[in-house]
Amino acid sequence: MTPLLSLKDIVTKVNTGTPNEVMILQHLNLDIYDGDFITVLGSNGAGKSTLFNTIGGGLPVDEGHITLHGKDITHTSVEKRTAFLARVFQDPKMGTAPRMTVAENLLLALHRGKRRTLRLRRLKQQLPHFKAITTTMQNGLETRLNTATENLSGGQRQALSFLMATEQRPDLLLLDEHTAALDPKTSAELMHQTNERVTQENLTCLMITHHLDDALKYGNRLIVLDQGKIKFDVRGDEKKQLTKEKLLSFFDTIE
Amino acid sequence: MSMIVSSVGQGLLWASLGVALFLTFRILDFADMTVEGTFPLGAAVAVTAISNGMNPYLASGLAFVAGAIAGLVTALLYTKGKVPFLLAGILVMTACSSINLRVMGGSSNISLLGKTTIFSSHFLESLPKYFDSVFVGFVVIAIITGLLIIFLQTNLGQAFIVTGDNRVMARSIGINTDNMTIMGLMVSNGIIGLGGALIAQNNGYADVSMGIGIIVIALASIIIGEVVFGELTLNQRLVAVTLGSIIYQFVRLLVLQLGFNTNDMNLLSALILALCLMLPQLNKGASRLTSRFGNLMQQLTHTLKKGVEKP
Repeated sequence: MTPLLSLKDIVTKVNTGTPNEVMILQHLNLDIYDGDFITVLGSNGAGKSTLFNTIGGGLPVDEGHITLHGKDITHTSVEKRTAFLARVFQDPKMGTAPRMTVAENLLLALHRGKRRTLRLRRLKQQLPHFKAITTTMQNGLETRLNTATENLSGGQRQALSFLMATEQRPDLLLLDEHTAALDPKTSAELMHQTNERVTQENLTCLMITHHLDDALKYGNRLIVLDQGKIKFDVRGDEKKQLTKEKLLSFFDTIE
Repeated sequence: MSMIVSSVGQGLLWASLGVALFLTFRILDFADMTVEGTFPLGAAVAVTAISNGMNPYLASGLAFVAGAIAGLVTALLYTKGKVPFLLAGILVMTACSSINLRVMGGSSNISLLGKTTIFSSHFLESLPKYFDSVFVGFVVIAIITGLLIIFLQTNLGQAFIVTGDNRVMARSIGINTDNMTIMGLMVSNGIIGLGGALIAQNNGYADVSMGIGIIVIALASIIIGEVVFGELTLNQRLVAVTLGSIIYQFVRLLVLQLGFNTNDMNLLSALILALCLMLPQLNKGASRLTSRFGNLMQQLTHTLKKGVEKP
């Protein structure tokens, strides 16, 4: 089976050509298959965010190749990659347009990766659909469709970001600690909703988290990044049998 | 009475500058200094073309194109050259001052005396004094505002708005924010160039120094509109800019009646605008006084901080 997305021998450097040059991803290899729900663990500076930026196209790759369905996308721009890729950021402020309404944000994301033309936006026709999908988040978002997103709570904003990322089914969903900025209860609720949606729709997903419990509980594959390489990669039954103690002892061996 | 009609006419003619700057200043969140160069550029291009026998409507269109090209240069400096936007605007503005002199064949002032302008039609000349500028100003600003209102409701227009609101998010849903910035600056400066062409034809001359203080006048129309009319939808805000522009002309008339002369106007405009822009800071001091004045200030601040929000 060809992987959905394949990273081959990826090297990503920052401050290239200066005395401060640092190699963040060091010949990293990763194959992501259709239906993978991968939780990504790693200490600060391990290269998790760099991995996401490399997949997203925000950081140029210094060496190696990225392929999607076998097609080389190493040099494809951020905007073009959004045709198959959706992303939820850690910061609730980053994923939504603050002065536009919830419905307007949803409408913008509905056209993710498509050409924006001079056709009228037709917001009204979409409202029933938006009402339906916001209701599934069970946090009152459906009553705030005409509210500017800057007036939403952090939890509602993140739920909206998540909906925006998934309403137009992406081939690959990147969740960058998307519940980290929320209080424990709201965080748990969004995590639950995330899991429901990803498993029901069989989305392929990479999720960075610092919660070992979440990393163990959710997903069907777990990887650990350290010093720009994937040091640990388990899936299926092997992942189910993994315990927090085993993970912690593994972390001790790499530090 | 004729002074009032004249002010309304001037307000309508100058409104296109406010609306153009609204696109960059309020929607793209980008204070575009280029306009100080594109306004006299539009005037110079149109007047020179008309003096050489070109149809005045075609000449005004040419002024739009010239303005758009200047906007393109600023946009490329900013998006591709990574020059800070304020500096990019200043560079193009400065370059324009040389280009304007070239366009005008080295003279700093060209008169349109005896030439056919868009104000020379039989219909406009049959109107009472100053009503010609009211008519032309109204038609032009109505068309520009109407087209922009429709544009902002399209998918492309929405992509343009979100570029100014959250660039990171815009990119993450596949919007090429560089292209949106280029488009916005081209359209905005095109309208400014057209405004320069209209005002030069209305004045009967083009002068290389006519761009000085333009950005302040345009910003004043936007901010007066916002302060006076408060909470509005995006479409209403576009219309409010025109009303703000007319109010600005009335203030100007009042100031002149008080005995100041036209040379003082840039100083006074800058003072009014500075006060309006400082409202949020003044409010911080005022909020300690829990008075009705404080409440009023808070409302004003809220209005001023508001960007492209809709209710």
